Amino acid sequence: MSAVLEVEELSVDIPVSAGLLHPVQGVSFTVNRGETVCIVGESGCGKSLTALAIMDLLPSSARRLAMRLLLDGEDMLNASERRMSDIRGSKMAMIFQEPMTSLNPAYTIGNQLAEALTRHRRVSREQARERAVFLLEKVGITAAASRLRQYPHQLSGGLRQRVMIAMALMCGPDLIIADEPTTALDVTIQAQILLLLASLQKEFQMGMILITHDLGVVARVADRVAVMYAGQVIEAGDARQIFQQPMHPYTQGLLDCIPVPGKTQRGAHLGAIPGIVPTLIGDFIGCRFRERCNYAMVDCVSEEVSSRDAVQSGHTYRCLLGAQQCADNAKRKASA
Amino acid sequence: MFVYALKRLGVAVLVAITVSMVTFSLLYLSGDPAMALAGESATQQDIENIRRVYGFDRPIILQYLSWAWGALHGHLGYSNYLRTDVAAVVFERLPTTMTLGAAAISFALILSIPLGVLAAMRPNTVVDRFALTLAVVGQALPSFWFALILIFWLGIEWRLLPITGTESWKNFIMPAIALGYYVTPGVMRLTRAGMLEVLSSDYIRTARAKGLRSGTVLFKHALRNAIIPVVALTAVQFGFMLGGSIVIETIFAINGLGYLAWESIQRADMPVMQAIVLVLACIYIVLTFLADMLNAFLDPRIRVA
Amino acid sequence: MAARPESFSAATLPTAGQILEPSAGVLLRRRVFGHAGVTIGGAVLILIIAVALLAPILAPDDPYTQDLARREIPPIWHVKGTWEHPLGTDQFGRDYLSRLIYGARISLLIGFAAMLISGVIGTSLGVAAGYFGGRVDMVVNFIITTRLSMPVVLVALAVVSIVGNSLVIVIWVLGLLIWDRFAVVMRSTTQQVRNLDYVAAAQAVGCSTARIVLTEIMPNIVNHLIVVATLEMAHAILLEAALSFLGLGVQPPAPSWGLMVSEGKNLMFFEPWLIGIPGAALFALVLSINLLGDGIRDVTAPENRS
Ligand SMILES: Nc1ncnc2c1ncn2[C@@H]1O[C@H](COP(=O)(O)OP(=O)(O)OP(=O)(O)O)[C@@H](O)[C@H]1O
Ligand SMILES: [Mg+2]
Repeated sequence: MSAVLEVEELSVDIPVSAGLLHPVQGVSFTVNRGETVCIVGESGCGKSLTALAIMDLLPSSARRLAMRLLLDGEDMLNASERRMSDIRGSKMAMIFQEPMTSLNPAYTIGNQLAEALTRHRRVSREQARERAVFLLEKVGITAAASRLRQYPHQLSGGLRQRVMIAMALMCGPDLIIADEPTTALDVTIQAQILLLLASLQKEFQMGMILITHDLGVVARVADRVAVMYAGQVIEAGDARQIFQQPMHPYTQGLLDCIPVPGKTQRGAHLGAIPGIVPTLIGDFIGCRFRERCNYAMVDCVSEEVSSRDAVQSGHTYRCLLGAQQCADNAKRKASA
Repeated sequence: MFVYALKRLGVAVLVAITVSMVTFSLLYLSGDPAMALAGESATQQDIENIRRVYGFDRPIILQYLSWAWGALHGHLGYSNYLRTDVAAVVFERLPTTMTLGAAAISFALILSIPLGVLAAMRPNTVVDRFALTLAVVGQALPSFWFALILIFWLGIEWRLLPITGTESWKNFIMPAIALGYYVTPGVMRLTRAGMLEVLSSDYIRTARAKGLRSGTVLFKHALRNAIIPVVALTAVQFGFMLGGSIVIETIFAINGLGYLAWESIQRADMPVMQAIVLVLACIYIVLTFLADMLNAFLDPRIRVA
Repeated sequence: MAARPESFSAATLPTAGQILEPSAGVLLRRRVFGHAGVTIGGAVLILIIAVALLAPILAPDDPYTQDLARREIPPIWHVKGTWEHPLGTDQFGRDYLSRLIYGARISLLIGFAAMLISGVIGTSLGVAAGYFGGRVDMVVNFIITTRLSMPVVLVALAVVSIVGNSLVIVIWVLGLLIWDRFAVVMRSTTQQVRNLDYVAAAQAVGCSTARIVLTEIMPNIVNHLIVVATLEMAHAILLEAALSFLGLGVQPPAPSWGLMVSEGKNLMFFEPWLIGIPGAALFALVLSINLLGDGIRDVTAPENRS
């Protein structure tokens, strides 16, 4: 399996009035061809900024730092803006959180779809149109040809997100980043869209980064999972490993939040994790999760916590507790 | 779109009627029109005669209706002072004012739109500060004073441009700057604000995620949307400018409507004054109507309802 | 390295946020005084108001006393200037500094009074339209559109030329003409506030309309009201100056700055300071009011600068 995307020690800094904000700190992961990597974590933990940093679409005030950022083996850290614009939309594409506002109200769907292709490939208008119709049908839009003449405001949110997916696929990218593609949609449509994405990803053998809150979805589509907390990846591994043997207290808490049929009692409190996320402004020493952690120790305040290997290979977590202890914690929780 | 246009047209006509009533009442505020028409030396009998001949003894509603009927047919009354048809004088002067207005608005747009775009692209930089300063200064500069300053430096000290008259296009440069500068702050601020909003919008991010060139992103995707409110503002400002050109025209002795208005006030020539107000108001109404139509055309959310 | 949750409670540690974040009051003060526009604009405006109030004390001379023997003396920075008349004298030999100082009174008075009149008219119309919506809104919109289509300067000139010109008339004419921005802004802000939950709650509880407008709506739109008020005051001052410049505003020998520019106009090639000084004063006054208004808007809504 060849790596489509390699990210090593990716950080984002944003100067704000109160100081320097570190919304993303030392994030590393790899996406292989034909593989779906899910990034999960609560709101504000830096998932979107990680995605934007990879696309080099960060807000202008933000600064990106990294040890390595390779797409198909090509270095993107030192690529010129010109080269990056050639890559964007062509080799990697992104689907955003807000389908309602992500399409330009002034142009037709056809125009916006076609331009994604004509920008990167030497094709005629007619060919671009055909490709657009083909993909619109692929994403489940009926009467695709007539949709091309419509404006975004004439489409429902679900349709717009399908258009966004088709747009991302126009050039047949190697990597597709979907940032919570369904949060703004009706619950009934959410599953449809996600399964559509997953099947397209398999069909075109792309690498996919899927950012989501929905652990149920993760369980169904993810090959690998990265759990983020306060700007850091605090646990990463195969989906099976994460779900069966979560190591980090935060991941354990997160999985506790999912009600299990038959097991969760009626009226029982979901395992919401109490406490608040620390500010990401300024330097921070120690574990970010310590204030909400049941296992916090004195060392959690003073010692920088780095990623360490779990029992199984390819599974890492960021905690001072030993692997055995974590496994015990998980077991105790499960039996409770 | 058609229904929208029709509705908008209805409002425009209603506004025009209301404005005509207000301007008509101006004449009545100014005192007895028969007396004014008869002149100083007229006897009571003369005044009575005039009153009957001109119909000033009829109920005011009827007078308004007949006046409005005339106005619809291009009869705007009779000037007491010039002893001619008002419409002829007004329409003779109108092209000069329109020329001045067009030159001024062109100057304003050429200055303010690129500046607004640049300021929005580089917020809080030197360009932005410069644009903001220009806007703040422009809003506070009294137009007549600015015109005199232009005359002093460009006309007298450096002898670059003619000071008064309308002989050549050069005569219009200074007045156009003095008049147009007043419009720049509003247009520039709106362009900047619109661009800032659009540039941070999700669909611009989408456009960039497609890898489009920055020029395409800026002109095709951003400016196209940011310019929509500017169109409406420009129409409004153009209307205001025609109304405000009286100051500039008197300073530069430009023989347009504004100058005519000023002369008419000196001569207490109310029918001319009234006609000018009416004509300018109608131009404004037509302009804003056209701007709304253009807006609808530019914005598919209105056009394709 | 064993877990000792009982010996250490992370919850008692203050977060970095609690240490770094200043209180809301401190933030507001910092924003107000850190804002160059508010500071400079406010300072200049206060200075001009003080000068206007203290005019009898500050003015070296009577602004109306003519002295034809001492005409057109240049200001002090000129080689022929004298300290007797720091800003020189005009073509009638009146002390220019004294006229300038008394002129501030006219500008401020007209600007403030016209702003009050237009503020009352525009705010009533705008709040009514925004609060009641429907028919009322339609009618008010129509009135605003009609008003906007009338050229202000021309109508003002026409009316003044009919009714006669005095300070009071100029104030009323301007006040009755420039309420449009008040109405437009108040209408849209009232619409926004009306849809907020607590207004709906007050309506549900059965509070009277007057009570809701005064206690729930007004406090929420007062920021915008202040901003528009400053802009309209500046607008009125500029309009008065323009009318006076055209000879149809404040009448001679009153030391209106617009009139002073007009009187100095014919001599501007020989004595440019005659138009430079009152024009600059006008510019400074309007600029300071605008800076203050823009600043208030920034400070109350820092996310949308200018
Ligand atoms: N332009 C910006 N300026 C300042 N701070 C920002 C900016 N963009 C994001 N942030 C901050 O960075 C942090 C991470 O934001 P991000 O959008 O990546 O979160 P997220 O994990 O995607 O959350 P969500 O699930 O709500 O989308 C947040 O605390 C946010 O407030
Ligand atoms: Mg996000």
